Amino acid sequence: MRLLTHNMLSSNIKGVANGFPLRIVAEKVIEKPVEMNHDFLKNMFAKLDWKAFVDASRSLGYVELPDEADASMLESSEFLNKFHHALLELHLEEGALVCPETGRKFPVNKGIPNMLLHEDEV
Amino acid sequence: MECGEVSEIEESDGMWYLCVFYHRLLDYRKPEVESLARLFGAFDSDEEGRDHLRWKIPDDHHPDSPFHFVHLPSEEIACRVANRSILVKGMYELWGEGSSYEELEEAIRSYPDERKLPYLAPGSTFRITVDCFGKVITFQEQNDRIQSLSYIPFGGRVNLKNPEHKFWLIETDDYGLNNGLPPVVKRRIFFGREVGGADRKLLPTYQLKSRKYLGPTAMDAEMAFLMANQALANPGKLVFDPFVGTGSILVAAAHFGAMTMGADIDIRVVRDGKGPDCNVWSNFKQYGLPMPVGLLRADNNLPPWRPGLKEVFDAIICDPPYGVRAGGRKSGGRKLLKGVVDPYTVPDDKRTDHIPSTAPYSLVECVHDLLDLAAKMLITNGRLVFFYPVLREDESQLSQYPEHPCFKLISATEQILSSRYSRVLLTMVKVSTYSEEIELAARVRHMEFRENHLKWLEDGNLHTAVFSPADALSTAAASAVGKIKESKPKYRGKYV
Repeated sequence: MRLLTHNMLSSNIKGVANGFPLRIVAEKVIEKPVEMNHDFLKNMFAKLDWKAFVDASRSLGYVELPDEADASMLESSEFLNKFHHALLELHLEEGALVCPETGRKFPVNKGIPNMLLHEDEV
Repeated sequence: MECGEVSEIEESDGMWYLCVFYHRLLDYRKPEVESLARLFGAFDSDEEGRDHLRWKIPDDHHPDSPFHFVHLPSEEIACRVANRSILVKGMYELWGEGSSYEELEEAIRSYPDERKLPYLAPGSTFRITVDCFGKVITFQEQNDRIQSLSYIPFGGRVNLKNPEHKFWLIETDDYGLNNGLPPVVKRRIFFGREVGGADRKLLPTYQLKSRKYLGPTAMDAEMAFLMANQALANPGKLVFDPFVGTGSILVAAAHFGAMTMGADIDIRVVRDGKGPDCNVWSNFKQYGLPMPVGLLRADNNLPPWRPGLKEVFDAIICDPPYGVRAGGRKSGGRKLLKGVVDPYTVPDDKRTDHIPSTAPYSLVECVHDLLDLAAKMLITNGRLVFFYPVLREDESQLSQYPEHPCFKLISATEQILSSRYSRVLLTMVKVSTYSEEIELAARVRHMEFRENHLKWLEDGNLHTAVFSPADALSTAAASAVGKIKESKPKYRGKYV
């Protein structure tokens, strides 16, 4: 699971008011090189919750991203490289996503988060 | 020829091109060209309301004829549309046409020299291909026809393998009577210069039988490419499939350079596959395509998107489970959702490996959730492309498709699957932003739709209608309509 996906997900357990961001428990993190696409990065930058994204990248051990960012920084290739790396090249291969309100763990196996709810959570 | 290599005498307001289609999936042909024309900028932004091209058919041809004329703003656009398409055999600058070779010669002679001479220059290379629709001619006859074109002052050298200019002589014969319907084509001869044509070599490359990991409902490669074209998949765009299965639709979108993301409720299809190198990821790897940016196991009925997340996807493409080959499932047990039993509380020590129960997911509900998701998550002008089943017995339903206030239907193209039912590919474009009022209005419209379609769209009914014995069905249909349908001439055009 890439951090792009993490940034889009929240815990949707019945009754949970604040299911975002999910805390990351990392067991295995891998890196896979991906070709950079500027248009895509610019597109996605506007949609991201930046704070959650920076926190998530740090929980995977990547500390290069600034606390705050605005669209003008996309002109800098140094920033773009870091942003690209954190958004698309880091993968949470094994681990879990934890609901911030209830502590319920959503497992991540082989890079795929399981967001299905149990019967008592629907 | 590379797209963009355009002669200087291009007319600024565009021109008519002869567009010859493969004779298959007839309904899908024009919408594909129109979608690609939009993708490659044939519609000026100040004319946003217009999304149809101008079309003509040759004299006395039936709309199902493979020969059409289409008006496009430039040769570059015509070339890019044709090369990206799946169903355009060729797009041609027509130099002349006629119902006899004498008429053809007259037409070619009177076609302006300034349009012809740049392609006949000495030093260039060219090839003439003879093609026929509705008949076969021998090699000798082809040669004779090429020789008969000697009145055209070809100055270049012949190069059969890789010529700069490709000329086509296309002949059609009367196609005969068509079960009482007008003939598809009348005798006509066309001569033109090729501007572009579909790369059908894609199809053998991506055909399902060479695909490593398949599910029972994997989308056929040709159709998947058509869906990706309808969705305007392109580099830099993010395409989502909420019923991703083995990823067969996303493979086509990824081929066109789009970033892809998929979700499915069934983990067997998304993850496990049949081994370490036989799963959804390997289907992308097999073709050297970039992996999906995300795959997740999630329920389309209770999607786990964070609140406030909206307008992230450029397109949503899917083949929802409508219960013929595979039925949809959603979270929560059947009895639980009916309120018959209280939720089963999963003991803490069993939580990790617990497999939650699911309930059948009716088509009406599924379509409602899909439209709601698309209304929230698509960008403005983003496209929703999905299949919708139609029972062929009940013709009153043919034009009744699900609606949503955020969406405008662009095209509905039918593929007949059996004498009982068809599937219709719906292409919708998001025209207004999502709001609470819209959500409410959508719910009302959905309830009306549900009311009208409940009897056959509910769980299992479609399956029964498709697979029950013919007699039972026709009796039921006849009594429902109140009269026995007259037998009509069966037009098989759409089967091709």
